[in-house]
Amino acid sequence: MTLRSEPAATASFYGRTGKYRWIIAEWMMSTDHKRIGVMYLMALLSFFSVGVVLGFTIRLSLLSPGWLMSQQTYNEFFTLHGVIQIFLFIIPGIPVAFGNIFLPILIGAQDVAFPRINRLSWWLYVTGAILVLLSVFVKGSPPDTGWTFYAPYSVQTPANVSIAVMGVFVLGFSSILTGLNFVTTIHRMRAPGMGWFRMPAFPWTLYATGWVQMLATPVLAITLLFIFLGRFFGVGFFDPTKGGDPILYEHLFWMYSHPAVYIMVLPAMGIISEIVPVFSRRALFGYAAVCMSALGIAVVGYAVWGHHMFTSGMSDTARVIFSFVSFLVAVPSGVKIFNWVSTLYKGSIEVDAPLLFALSFIFLFSIGGLTGLIIGALAPNLHLHGTYFIVGHFHYVMFGGAGFSIIAGLHYWFPKITGRMYSEKFAKIGWLNLFVGFNILYFSMFILGFQGMPRRYFDYPSQYHTNHVISTMGSWFLAIGLIIIFANLIRSIFKGEKAPANPWGGKTLEWTIPSPPSHGNFDKMPVITRGAYPYEEEAR
Amino acid sequence: MEEKYAKDHAVATSTYTAVWLALLILLAGTIAVAKLRLLAQFSVLGSLLIASAKTGLVLAFFMHLKYEGRFLKAMLTVAVAALTLLIGLTFVDVWLR
Amino acid sequence: MGKKMGMWFFLFTEILFFGGMFLLYSIYRYKYSQDFHSGAAEENIILGTINTVILLTSSLTIALSIAAVKKGKNIPSSLLQGATILMGVTFLVIKYFEWTAKINIGIYPDSPVLLKLAKGEILFFGLYYVMTGLHGLHVLVGVVVISFMLHFTRRETINRDNYARLENTGLYWHFVDIVWIYLYPLFYLIT
Repeated sequence: MTLRSEPAATASFYGRTGKYRWIIAEWMMSTDHKRIGVMYLMALLSFFSVGVVLGFTIRLSLLSPGWLMSQQTYNEFFTLHGVIQIFLFIIPGIPVAFGNIFLPILIGAQDVAFPRINRLSWWLYVTGAILVLLSVFVKGSPPDTGWTFYAPYSVQTPANVSIAVMGVFVLGFSSILTGLNFVTTIHRMRAPGMGWFRMPAFPWTLYATGWVQMLATPVLAITLLFIFLGRFFGVGFFDPTKGGDPILYEHLFWMYSHPAVYIMVLPAMGIISEIVPVFSRRALFGYAAVCMSALGIAVVGYAVWGHHMFTSGMSDTARVIFSFVSFLVAVPSGVKIFNWVSTLYKGSIEVDAPLLFALSFIFLFSIGGLTGLIIGALAPNLHLHGTYFIVGHFHYVMFGGAGFSIIAGLHYWFPKITGRMYSEKFAKIGWLNLFVGFNILYFSMFILGFQGMPRRYFDYPSQYHTNHVISTMGSWFLAIGLIIIFANLIRSIFKGEKAPANPWGGKTLEWTIPSPPSHGNFDKMPVITRGAYPYEEEAR
Repeated sequence: MEEKYAKDHAVATSTYTAVWLALLILLAGTIAVAKLRLLAQFSVLGSLLIASAKTGLVLAFFMHLKYEGRFLKAMLTVAVAALTLLIGLTFVDVWLR
Repeated sequence: MGKKMGMWFFLFTEILFFGGMFLLYSIYRYKYSQDFHSGAAEENIILGTINTVILLTSSLTIALSIAAVKKGKNIPSSLLQGATILMGVTFLVIKYFEWTAKINIGIYPDSPVLLKLAKGEILFFGLYYVMTGLHGLHVLVGVVVISFMLHFTRRETINRDNYARLENTGLYWHFVDIVWIYLYPLFYLIT
């Protein structure tokens, strides 16, 4: 995406550098964190759209048992929906888009620590995405295992699991390198005067996330390799006939995939921590606690993976431990929620789109988190595991949480990235559709799950029919909302009012430079003399 | 803002050689423990301890960890602790089924 | 220092990567300790020990090669790097012989001979191939990278003022050595 209408004088980072003859080469070969971030953002949103269409179709097929697609096709649909939304959209998600564009700027740096590794991360992402999508189109059938690739089925199924798993492996490597890059950047490249506790909250969450990316993703890598080796060489680590234990697959898989949800949500929380102070004109309440809670979530979240396996056959002791630690992780999460609400209290509140989506995050993530406590408790879990209750829970935290945060960030930083303002009116109309549709779509799933409707089923007995219809209708409102929101943003890129450097009155470093930023970020290196949210001084 | 790191410490050739000899002696030790069944049912633990001693020497001297800052040592501890947690909690499942 | 920090972080990810395999090993060894002993009896302790000595010595040579460059002695450094490469290659050759010996008696993943063995032995040999295989792959990558470093050292683009790449290569090589330090007793010395 290039803004050719930009006058040469602003020399924004979109302008030609003259290094390559072809503009696509200039971008694909770029090591500029802002360009890499923008390319990632375009890719992410494209894959998100594909994932939404898949989800929309799944809901359509559930209007009436088995009317639209066969069982096999249904399995392929929800597998692809999960793999795309999780591995191509929400795990790379905020770090590769907003992290790349804004982390160096927020800490006063010119770029990340390893710009060429950053470029490698981008190339690996593209490669991994292509491999995953190839699994749908090459000879054979698309994967039908669910995004969780459980053994032994994933080792035995004739579907194109090997390519898909290779793709996810490559995507994982991309993620590891991004985490490594960001952690090093935060350690080594903060501007003079920016001690750890003058750094804004968003980089703190990127730091915690970076450690999780480095210490959890490799476990997924080796697990996927085991599937691959099982399919090609008959290595049967999870095959009972060869002495293997399928539950060990689940252990290894969730050892990554639980921390992965914190990769998804920690940066999302970081964005909320940036938006709430700006739109309430108040310093982030309990800033130090908010920052440390990011580390707390990362650490505790590393030890809860077994709560995905309560009905799989683990020992009672293990189940009790995992349940207990799962409850513990709610504590640092709660710290953040309480501090955001306290920041809003007695603030001078402007409910512009960024704050609207941020408030939605707080509400929707809380519902997701509370339902997480329900299924984190052992006794309810026995009934609710494998039902729509789970589907509702994770959509509330992943979509209502991280997804809404991405939309919030898109609106918050839209002026800075594009140099234009979006239409507030359409943002709010889109929000209303999205929010109402979201809750109808997913809240009905809690009821369905409670009533016993299993997940990943392409048909169902008639007693579940009404709630399925309600849920599907919710998906239609949600889709309309998303269309309005994205149409607004896309249109505003070309027709929006020119944006000033600081349309929101923010106090972090990105608002001190032009919209969009120039190639080198800062004219001269900033020297930091105060904390990140000095709103109280302004109030006096 | 740079963090404080140890100046690049020059390690003498004699130190490196001494470490290498120590590693070979520990290798002999681990074979002895295994072959002579010196520690009976603790042989696994014994092997792992000796292996960890060798690892410690490689880390401290060959990889210069002894001369690096606290942060790096702390982070290595975190990584190893993470792996220990993963293996440990999995054992809590398998062992107590 | 930033590059060194980055390399250490990469090694942490490798700890977790190999760690997943060590996790499987430890669980299955606990479950099938007798079978693991029987499987280990098939291993060639002499070759395994020689390989251990080789890797330990190669760690010495690469550490010395870095010390040499820091003193501006590029030629001794090149020789030491060359020695490291030779030892790495020798390790792989010995590994090749070990593997072919097993394959020739019909022990390889999913082979008819293997599948008739006890469950724990099937797992043992599966783990043997996967863990030493991935380790060997890392040795091969290391040999290739050190060869590049050797080239740079001879060209003097690695020198006393600019040796971070060599240092990081050394860190990687030591890590590969450490993985073998654990693999050796777990596969060769089970009594």
